[in-house]
Amino acid sequence: MATESLAPAETSLLFGRLTLSAIPTEPIVLATFVVVAIGGAALLAALTYFRLWGYLWKEWFTSVDHKKIGIMYMALGLVMLLRGFADAVMMRLQQAWAFGGSEGYLNSHHYDQIFTAHGVIMIFFVAMPFVTGMMNLIMPLQIGARDVAFPFLNNFSFWMTVGGAVITMASLFVGEFAQTGWLAYPPLSGIDSSPYVGVDYYIWGLQVAGVGTTLSGINLIVTIVKMRCPGMTMMRMPIFTWTSLCANVLIVAAFPVLTAALVLLSLDRYVGTNFFTADNGGNAMMYVNLIWIWGHPEVYILVLPVFGIYSEVTATFCRKPLFGYSSMVYATVCITILSYIVWLHHFFTMGSGASVNSFFGIATMIISIPTGAKIFNWLFTMYHGRIRYELPMMWTVAFMLTFTVGGMTGVMLAVPPADFVLHNSLFLVAHFHNVIIGGVLFGLFAGIAYWWPKAFGFRLQPFWGHVSFWCWVSGFWMAFTPLYVLGLMGVTRRMRVFDDPSLQIWFLIAALGAGLIACGIGAFLIQIGVSVWKRDELRDTTGDPWDGRTLEWATSSPPPAYNFAFTPVAHSVDAWWDMKSRGYVRPLDGFRPIHMPKNTGAGVFLAGLATVSALALIWYIWWLAALAFAGLIATAILHTFNYHRDYDIPAAEVTETEDARTRVLAGRA
Amino acid sequence: MRRALLSIFLVLPVLAGCDMVVLSPSGYVAAQQRDLLVVATLLMLLIVLPVMGLTAFFAWRYSEKRRSRYDPEWSHSTGLELAIWAAPLMIVICLGAVTWTGTHLLDPFRPLERVGERRPVAVSVEPVEVQVVALDWKWLFVYPKYGIATVNELAIPVDQPVRFHLTSQSVMNAFYVPALAGMIYAMPGMESQLHAVMNVPGTYDGFSSNYSGAGFSHMRFRMTAMNQADFTSWIVRTRAEGKPVLGRAEYLELAAPSEKVPPTTFSTVDPDLFSRIVNRCVEEGRLCIDRMAALDGDGGTGVAGTLNILPAPTRQASALGHTPFYVADFCTPAESVEEYGESTVRLLTPPPAAAETL
Repeated sequence: MATESLAPAETSLLFGRLTLSAIPTEPIVLATFVVVAIGGAALLAALTYFRLWGYLWKEWFTSVDHKKIGIMYMALGLVMLLRGFADAVMMRLQQAWAFGGSEGYLNSHHYDQIFTAHGVIMIFFVAMPFVTGMMNLIMPLQIGARDVAFPFLNNFSFWMTVGGAVITMASLFVGEFAQTGWLAYPPLSGIDSSPYVGVDYYIWGLQVAGVGTTLSGINLIVTIVKMRCPGMTMMRMPIFTWTSLCANVLIVAAFPVLTAALVLLSLDRYVGTNFFTADNGGNAMMYVNLIWIWGHPEVYILVLPVFGIYSEVTATFCRKPLFGYSSMVYATVCITILSYIVWLHHFFTMGSGASVNSFFGIATMIISIPTGAKIFNWLFTMYHGRIRYELPMMWTVAFMLTFTVGGMTGVMLAVPPADFVLHNSLFLVAHFHNVIIGGVLFGLFAGIAYWWPKAFGFRLQPFWGHVSFWCWVSGFWMAFTPLYVLGLMGVTRRMRVFDDPSLQIWFLIAALGAGLIACGIGAFLIQIGVSVWKRDELRDTTGDPWDGRTLEWATSSPPPAYNFAFTPVAHSVDAWWDMKSRGYVRPLDGFRPIHMPKNTGAGVFLAGLATVSALALIWYIWWLAALAFAGLIATAILHTFNYHRDYDIPAAEVTETEDARTRVLAGRA
Repeated sequence: MRRALLSIFLVLPVLAGCDMVVLSPSGYVAAQQRDLLVVATLLMLLIVLPVMGLTAFFAWRYSEKRRSRYDPEWSHSTGLELAIWAAPLMIVICLGAVTWTGTHLLDPFRPLERVGERRPVAVSVEPVEVQVVALDWKWLFVYPKYGIATVNELAIPVDQPVRFHLTSQSVMNAFYVPALAGMIYAMPGMESQLHAVMNVPGTYDGFSSNYSGAGFSHMRFRMTAMNQADFTSWIVRTRAEGKPVLGRAEYLELAAPSEKVPPTTFSTVDPDLFSRIVNRCVEEGRLCIDRMAALDGDGGTGVAGTLNILPAPTRQASALGHTPFYVADFCTPAESVEEYGESTVRLLTPPPAAAETL
């Protein structure tokens, strides 16, 4: 096609279609490559110099501890956030620049990859790892469990997610990424319009990560259903656990649809079937339907757990039980169910009949009822409360104000005739950033500030957190209000150059907003750095720094590998609050050996082989793909013969750990 | 507070200076869509503003610094919970009613009944038909009644209903003239429709509002709305000045990817062209989708159908698949013998009675 295709005409047996010309020569990419290569080499050298490889391998990479896996998920999310945000900054620069005949600084081949990668990375490799990591880290503690139901599977899921991220990142330096938009609608993503490796990177990156996400969903559902501590009935589960349960039900039901849609697209691209082609009986609308049957629940997969975070934070920092616990639960379940019958609102403009459009439009509006009920529940939790403005609560109030606007613009888009004039415009872009940044991301920051002491044993230093907060909130509004305005001016998304000079001022403001957000991200990283540096001053010796209400605060910070020396018993929704108010006394002796799962490197190997197989499929290196896949199956079978999967922490060791904690608690008192 | 006021004063002139075409369109359909947008927004503000106000107020009032009333156990109120579910429900019922009627009345497939407030369309008035084809990366407009075609230039008469039939050659696009009416996708192998009317003469921006590949940013056209006399003379001029003919061969040449194509006109156009584009049979010898569907509806062509294919050299071959092909149009027995050789044709020749129906 007319795109500057890098595709070599021939493939070789040994290297498939991989040739030296696959290394991009665009100076921006090359410079990035050099920086990443130097940085990566420095990191590897430092790890080697400080002899950290053994520690990382033994304590982290092979760990089946849900807390460590949760932290690793979050670290992955943070690294990918930097990549996704770099893409965002490049887009903002290009759009602020390319006016009045100027082509800007990015050609279409590069720019179109950037907006595709931005969407894919932010959803799949930033928001998803952060949310999954948060659920992994906190949910088992909240239900008084010692680990998830399938600890090895958890490790494997994490490494599959890493594999997907590696594949996506590899596309930056070898070959290209998709130039299709983040959902890769055919026929544009078909072999005719996108013959080179971009879409294949997209497909296999998501397929490898998708295996991890689906398995993790199953794992967490089983954990919640089967591993709650005695006394914790369903209606006594903390709200975060409830929203995690619903989100994982959505994952298990929705991700197979994504997998199926991508399998069909791969068949079109690899073996010449015609599911989504324009010719020979194919129909691209089927893909659009399938991808959104996954895509809309995906939005709720991200936002539901975060609603849970807000609920925990609001109750804790208002020093009151959450208002309307059961209506909150019902609202969550309503949203879970309704999120399956609204997918068509993403394409009202594709020519469905008026009755179909009305159905999906009204169904979408109905979702706003339970969502609104949630907002009211947080509101009335604040009512007659005693609000402490620590960082998590600041994020929560900012969320309530920001998200309400995003919800409103969402319902505007749910009115089909209004969507006809706003669909695919920058108004839509502003809307979904309003709910994803103002909803998901703010909530993740609230959750990170809230649970950081639980994960690491020291609090985050507040000053840089406040700087980050104000930069993020003001930066968000500065970056996206102009996009709302531009949408009302009829400006479409994914444009690379503009004719109308009157638009430029808005893009400039938006670019400045992105600059403020950059400061927010910078301040956040500084906050982490400063907090680690001053960790002794910020140490949390109590295990319960916020006067919390749920069970994760009943154990030490960070919790021991076994979480709870004795499985707690829940008598109320706010189980820990209830224990504290009844004068709970921590047991000091009578400890018994604790049965725990053992670390294993199998997950790393399996995911590594899956990644190699996927990369080989992208480059048509068939022998390597087959070999790696065979290796994958063999390793999986071999792993079933590993009978040394568990061990007992001896009672003496438990006693020692608990005694140490007793001394810390006594030292404080 | 002072800073907030200051920023409002700074922003207002900028807002006034920009042209919010979605909020002040020039076509009746877009105006009704705008009205619905405004109504929906106002309905929601009924609940959104109190919520935001209360959030700010509670956040201030119940801050621990203020030592307001503290009720550490209060977490349930049946009345309040009813209210917080019922209030949004009421709004959604209103909004749902507005949506249901609005969606049906403003369905892009629905012929217009009015061209403005209290301006019904007379029974005798036929809409102007325009066939729209999204190409990589330009727009083709065919006026079947006048036998002319244009590229990247659209002209319509004012105050007269226009019926657009839309399709695409290669990938998905969306046809959008914000001043005229909402967008509708143009997709290959499918036909969508849009009914609209423009009420104010002038020149307006139109473009693709669905990303369609490398040349997407430049996939823009000018739409001129003119009064009836000007429109008639525009047709006459186009017939006189346009390139001579847009047939199937010329179309395929035009369909090759290109960017920033200057406006072009054609004085005559193949009357079957649009139907062949929708049915994916512009190229010689291809079976049209509608005929294929009709044949399948009649029970299909059996084994003959699997042989009735020809290689499609313009399509990209997949890595592991067979050579791309298309389904060949049916031909006379003589042509079959020429194409496939006598033995194959004899093998597949059905009994005389069946041959009749084929």
